[in-house]
Order: sequence, then C-alpha cells, then structure tokens
Amino acid sequence: MKYAIKKTATMIITLFFVSVLVFFSFSLIPGNPAVSRLGTEATPEKVAALTHEMGLDRPVMVRFGEWFINVLRGDFGQSYSYRQSVTSLLSDKIKITLMLSVMAIVICAAISVPLGIFMARKSDSKLDIFFSSVNQVIMAIPSFFSGIILTLIFGVILKLFTPGAFVSYKTSFWGCLGYLFFPALSIALPKISMVSKLLKDTVIAESQKEYVRTAYSRGNRTKAVFYRHVLGNALIPVITFMGMTFADIIAGSIIVEQVFSVPGLGRILLTSISGRDYPVIEAIILLLAFFVVMSNLIVDLLYHKFDPRIHV
Amino acid sequence: MKKDKKFVIGLVITSLVLLMTLIGIIKTPYDPCAMDGSMKFAHISFKHLFGCDQFGRDIFSRVLVGVRETMFISACVVFIGVFFGTILGTVTGYFGGWLDEILMRLNDAVLAFPSVLLALVVIGLYGSGRYQLIAALGIAFIPSFARIVRGEVLKIRNLDYIQAVRLYGASHFRIIVVHILPNLKTVLLSSIIIGFNNAVLAEAGMSYLGMGVSPPAPSLGRMLSEAQAYIFSNPLNAIFPGIVIVIMILGFSLLGDTLGKRNDA
Repeated sequence: MKYAIKKTATMIITLFFVSVLVFFSFSLIPGNPAVSRLGTEATPEKVAALTHEMGLDRPVMVRFGEWFINVLRGDFGQSYSYRQSVTSLLSDKIKITLMLSVMAIVICAAISVPLGIFMARKSDSKLDIFFSSVNQVIMAIPSFFSGIILTLIFGVILKLFTPGAFVSYKTSFWGCLGYLFFPALSIALPKISMVSKLLKDTVIAESQKEYVRTAYSRGNRTKAVFYRHVLGNALIPVITFMGMTFADIIAGSIIVEQVFSVPGLGRILLTSISGRDYPVIEAIILLLAFFVVMSNLIVDLLYHKFDPRIHV
Repeated sequence: MKKDKKFVIGLVITSLVLLMTLIGIIKTPYDPCAMDGSMKFAHISFKHLFGCDQFGRDIFSRVLVGVRETMFISACVVFIGVFFGTILGTVTGYFGGWLDEILMRLNDAVLAFPSVLLALVVIGLYGSGRYQLIAALGIAFIPSFARIVRGEVLKIRNLDYIQAVRLYGASHFRIIVVHILPNLKTVLLSSIIIGFNNAVLAEAGMSYLGMGVSPPAPSLGRMLSEAQAYIFSNPLNAIFPGIVIVIMILGFSLLGDTLGKRNDA
C-alpha cells in the first residue's frame, strides 16, 4: 500500500513537470499566436485586440497558473484553426486512439502467449528455426509498411475491408472494431514477435531451474508443473515488457492511423503541427504523457503484486 | 554456430546497405528528381529496375538516394545520441550525488516517451526539415545512451585498478578519459548498431508522416506514403522502398543482437 502511494506521488510529480515543460516550450517559440490566427487579415489593431482577448499580454506566470488550473478541470482552451474548444475537438479522437491501442495490446497478448509457449516446447527443432527466422524478419518490418501490405492483401486483393472508409463507433460499434482490426494488427505484429521470443526464452530459462526439477521429482505431471510453476514465473518479465510497449503502441498508432486514415489523435496531431495549432498540440502531448505514465504506474504496481520482493 | 550464422547474414546485409549508400553518393542511373512524362508508372525493365513513379521518376535511383539520406540522418542522430549520452552518462555515473539523482530522474522521464513522439513535439515547435529532424531525433536518442554508459561507468568506477590509479594521485579527468572511456567501447559498439536500427526506423516513420526531408528530395518514408495513393493500380511502387527499409533494419538488428550476445558471453 505504501509502495502504491509512493508510486502514485511520483507519477503526479512527473506529470506536473511534463506540463510545465510543455507550457513553457510553447510560450517561448517566437511569433505571436494572434498573428497566425488572424492570418492574412492581420492588421496591427486587430492583432492588438486579439492579443488582449487571448490574454497574451499578461505575465507568463499568470498565464501558466490559469492554464494549469484549467487543464486540471479538463479545459485545454480554444483551438486556433477549428473554432471549437480543444476538449470537444479531442473527446471522440481519444476514444478511437485508445480503442486502437487496447485492441493492439489484446491481439498481441492473444497471439504471442500461445505462440511463445509453443516455440518453447518445440525448441531446437526445425520448426523452431523456421519460427525464429520469421520472427526476426517481422521485427524488422515497420508498422506503416506492414499496414500497407495488409491493405494490399486484405483490402485490395481479398476485399475484406474498404481502405479509407472508416466506420465511426457511433454508427456501428462492431463495424468500427472491424475496421480497426487491421490497423491494430499492423501495430501488434512486431510486438508479437518480440513478446513471443521473450516468453520462449524465459520459459526455457525457468524450466531449467532447480525448483522445477524438484517438482518433477515429487511425481508431478509435466503439464501441472508447466502451468502452475514455470508459466507463472515466466510471465512476469513478459507482463512488464508488454506494459513498457504500451507507450510504443500509442506512438505506433499515431503513424498507423495515417496509413489507414483512422481519425484519431495521431491524425489531428499531424494536422495541428502543420497548422501550428498550439493549444491542440499541447493538449495531445499532455494526454499522451498521461497515458504513458499511467501505463508505467500500472505495470509497476502489477509487478510488485506478482513479486513483492521487487521495488522498481 | 547458429549465432555465427546470424552474424554473417547481418554482416552481408549491412554491407549491401553500405554499398547502396555509396552508390547513392557517387552516381545514380538517373537524376532522382528528373520527371519524364512518357515514363509515368513505367513497369520494371532493365532500363528502370524498379519501374517509375507517378511523375515518371526512376524509382531505383530514388531508392538509392533515399538510402543515402536515411543513412546520413541516422548517422547524425546516433552521433548526437552517443556524444551527449556518453558525456552525461560518464559524469553522472562517475560523480554520483544530487546531480546524478536529478539528471537521471529527468532521463527516465524522457526515456518513457517513444522517440517518434518526442521528435514530433520538437518538430511541432521548430518546424519540419532535414536538420530539425536530426536535432529532434538526436535529442530523443540521448537518454538511452546516457543510461547504458552510466550503468557501465558505475561498474567500472569501483574496480580495483581505478582505486589504484586514484591512489597514485590521478585527476578525475585523467581517470575518466584514460581509464574509463576506453573500456566503454565494447558496450558502445553494440548499442551504436542497435541505435542505427532504431534511427532508421524513426527516420522512415517521420518521413512517412511528412516530417522529414522536404520534397522533391527523395526519402524512403515519403516514397511509401506517396505510393500509397496508387496502391490499387501500382502496388509495386510502395513495395520496393518498403522492402529496402526492412532490409536496412534487419541487417542492423541481426548485427546488434549477435554483438550484444558475444559481449555477454
């Protein structure tokens, strides 16, 4: 319990530092946002008026305090290019990106755990060499390229889905999940090969330990020893690794959303970067930081629960 | 035996990539930016090994120059990461104390973010382009090197021979430069190769998103994203640059894996 409180406190401090960093780096860039917002209509009077209206003429510390309190309330200000509040702009897109990331994690776990166990049991056979080589190649395929290949095979040739025709979860939840399957698969593919390789290695290392030999010598059946003792211990590093890859998976979804034209956080982040829509960029960075730090916290707590000796 | 096989395959693939880089530097069969209206979407032939794209540009030449570009950016990125990472890691690992505590907390916070995300933030601040991309990815690569070097320095710092040199009255600077840094080279070699693997992946990803080298200069990632619009009619235009990216990453990862394991043994 004490451990959990300490970890949560560290998480809050980290998030505070991230928000300080984000706010000040975006306030320090040269150029007045009021000018870019007005675009071609910028006259000195209009700029002055808008600067005042946006509160940009006040001291930076006052603006930071106000911004920070608003962020805590879930208010990220107004988007420059869409005349809409950032919160309402992003609320749909967060759900889509989270759906995609969680799906990728689920696919990864569902395939890699059985595959890893299978590979460990068949180790040193011809099948193992085959799987290891395939794994090595799949690890080298970036998710945007595997996305294009999946589009080509399942979208263009087999016509299982229509590339680019995203189905919103509002019209059809299952349709949306169906469309997100291939993007999630292309994010998950390199992770599947990493996780299954890791699991195979840990299972093999674990089965050579003395307590396993003792368990056998007491007359236990192979399967019982394997599932009760070996697998339980071998899964601990795998769970940590999966938690660590969650950050990668979120980053991967930003790229893969572009491949499959999924209207999530990644797409709006890219359009906001090219349109210099700073409030939106700030909000997305903070949200992603929040997801990453949260997933790290969950992993640490799970890790501690599985193996109380560990204090990360 | 198997490990050696992996090493040899990795070495062959990486040499092939270096050869492509070299050809990209010296001479390509066609000007990578020259458009030829009569050759739009030309098929594979001896004249155009990989065919031509939507503007009639020779894809083989563009791939060669793209490989050169990716290798140049990755080399710069890895250099920035190794240079600053080694300084940071050596200083914090050797001296320890509150400086180490603060810098390593900061390091861990940065390390928690995927490099592509960090680079997107920096590019969001300073705009896109080749040098912004190098700076952005370079900064993102420092923490991982800093952590590896720090761990190694922590191990070496307390070895007997360092204590002995210290008794002789050697300065901290001399101990670090003469007695510690040379011992880092084996660890650094394998992490540099893994760094290349990650840098190629990140560069290709960023240029796929349109945050890399500005057009019409060719880059592998951008070629992929441009070819994606014609995937129904000309899928091969996307396949070639993609396969080259895979080959680059595969070569570096095979080499990095085997070198890392050799050091452990």
